[in-house]
Amino acid sequence: MSETVIRVNELSLTFQTNDGPVHALSNIDLDIQHGDFVSLIGPSGCGKTTLLRVIADLEKATGGDIKVNGVSPEAARQARGYGYVFQAAGLYPWRTIAKNVSLPLEIMGLDRTTRKERIARNLELVNLQGFEKKYPWQLSGGMQQRASIARALAVEPDLLLMDEPFGALDEIVRDHLNEQLLALWGKTNKTVVFVTHSIPEAVYLSTHIVVMSPRPGRIQDIVVSDLPPERTLDIRESPEFLRLANRVREGLRAGHAYDDVES
Amino acid sequence: MSETGFKNSIIPVTTVLLAILLIWSIASVLLNTPWQKDIYKRAGAQNVGTIEFVKATMEQERPVLPSPQQVATEVYNTTVKKKVTSKRSLIYHSKITLSSAMLGFAMGTLLGIVLSVAIVYNRALRKSLMPWIITSQTIPILAIAPMIIVVLNSMGVQGLVPKAFISMYLSFFPIVVGMVKGLNSPDIGHMDLMRTYSASNWQSFWKLRLPSSLPYLFTSMKIAVAISIVGAVVAELPTGAVAGLGARLLAGSYYGQTIQIWSALVMASILAGSLVWIVDMIGRLVTKRMGLNHA
Repeated sequence: MSETVIRVNELSLTFQTNDGPVHALSNIDLDIQHGDFVSLIGPSGCGKTTLLRVIADLEKATGGDIKVNGVSPEAARQARGYGYVFQAAGLYPWRTIAKNVSLPLEIMGLDRTTRKERIARNLELVNLQGFEKKYPWQLSGGMQQRASIARALAVEPDLLLMDEPFGALDEIVRDHLNEQLLALWGKTNKTVVFVTHSIPEAVYLSTHIVVMSPRPGRIQDIVVSDLPPERTLDIRESPEFLRLANRVREGLRAGHAYDDVES
Repeated sequence: MSETGFKNSIIPVTTVLLAILLIWSIASVLLNTPWQKDIYKRAGAQNVGTIEFVKATMEQERPVLPSPQQVATEVYNTTVKKKVTSKRSLIYHSKITLSSAMLGFAMGTLLGIVLSVAIVYNRALRKSLMPWIITSQTIPILAIAPMIIVVLNSMGVQGLVPKAFISMYLSFFPIVVGMVKGLNSPDIGHMDLMRTYSASNWQSFWKLRLPSSLPYLFTSMKIAVAISIVGAVVAELPTGAVAGLGARLLAGSYYGQTIQIWSALVMASILAGSLVWIVDMIGRLVTKRMGLNHA
């Protein structure tokens, strides 16, 4: 039943800089199964975004092995095997919302009817029907981010890679979008890899929480959640939730995430 | 722009215009004074009143610096009151200069875009082309214009095209510089997005780089269109061209017709100003249609 979507084996990535090598990722081992919701959490510089970018073939690993959908990240990217949601919504300002969702579909060379159908379906999925003809600047930050999620979903990937998609939003909007994302994940049975700074967000959303620590970027702990798949925001008050959050926090502390927190 | 923008700008614009006219008038009185004194001395006129003297300095036939109203009258007489087909009509000469400037502007814009695409997509070309492009603009156009025209003439190219070449030579430069910047203007996130779609170079050019560069293109085109007028006028000087605003300038300087020179200059700047305005309007329209200028 469960198949491995992402297999990471002793992966490392070292950036050569003028100040010497920077070990962004060191000795990463991680398996992600189909249907998992995996959060990567850790302080700045722990390599969580870098790991996501390696999965997406936006960065190349310098050591170890990684397979995405059973093939190399490059082959997975070329097969359009994933949808990527960036921290900034990154909508093209000269395209309307519908046209923005249409962008990857045009690149894939889909015909007009299919495009229209997918735009409508995915905008509905993120509750943006009626905003097709609006330009990005006419929408709030939260709506823009939802549009960018619709854009990633329109590719119809089994794998969704999300890099702090709600990082720039206020907490109220963020809570709301977390609920929607969870509902979406429940409905579509996709695999999600989700980068975040926020412990409550990670615990609320995930089936697996990967705690990372910096210098060198490495995995400190992998916390498997035993929360039920159906979750409301109230669950954050429950003892199980607090216990999980505590374990994540301990992992971060063990990785010295709280030492001399600069910047 | 909105009505309030227009209303807000009308007072400062008028003030500056009046200030320029005032300085111009004073300068023309001062500069024409020695010659006027000479005239009175030779005529033996004495006790000429100040007002009469000032008026006389502004109405000389061949003043060092013609007064604004002399130039205005000359422009009026040679546009409205002359038939457009007349060799003495400024409209006739403007049309000739305008047509070669427009051809040169079109060629320059095209050349500029092609070069900028080549530079953006090819590292080797970026390193090898850019120094030559910059060098081309350090050569005084007055020095190179006659050569281009002589060379083209010997190849049997005459008339409009050689002049358009000078306009192109000047106008492609701002287009290249602006478009290289414009084509490189998409932010990293937008570029990464194209990569996650594994879009081809052609697709990311067409769907990302080109639309991002359009505001830069229009800014560059405003500069380019103004200097293509300069290019066309300069191109008319060394050839002893018989028609065009440059030819009017040349003829005026042969015969010491300063009023004619200045009215040709005014005409050229009106022409260039209107063209810049037109390009600006088209630019606004296009970016508005693209949903870009919403501020």
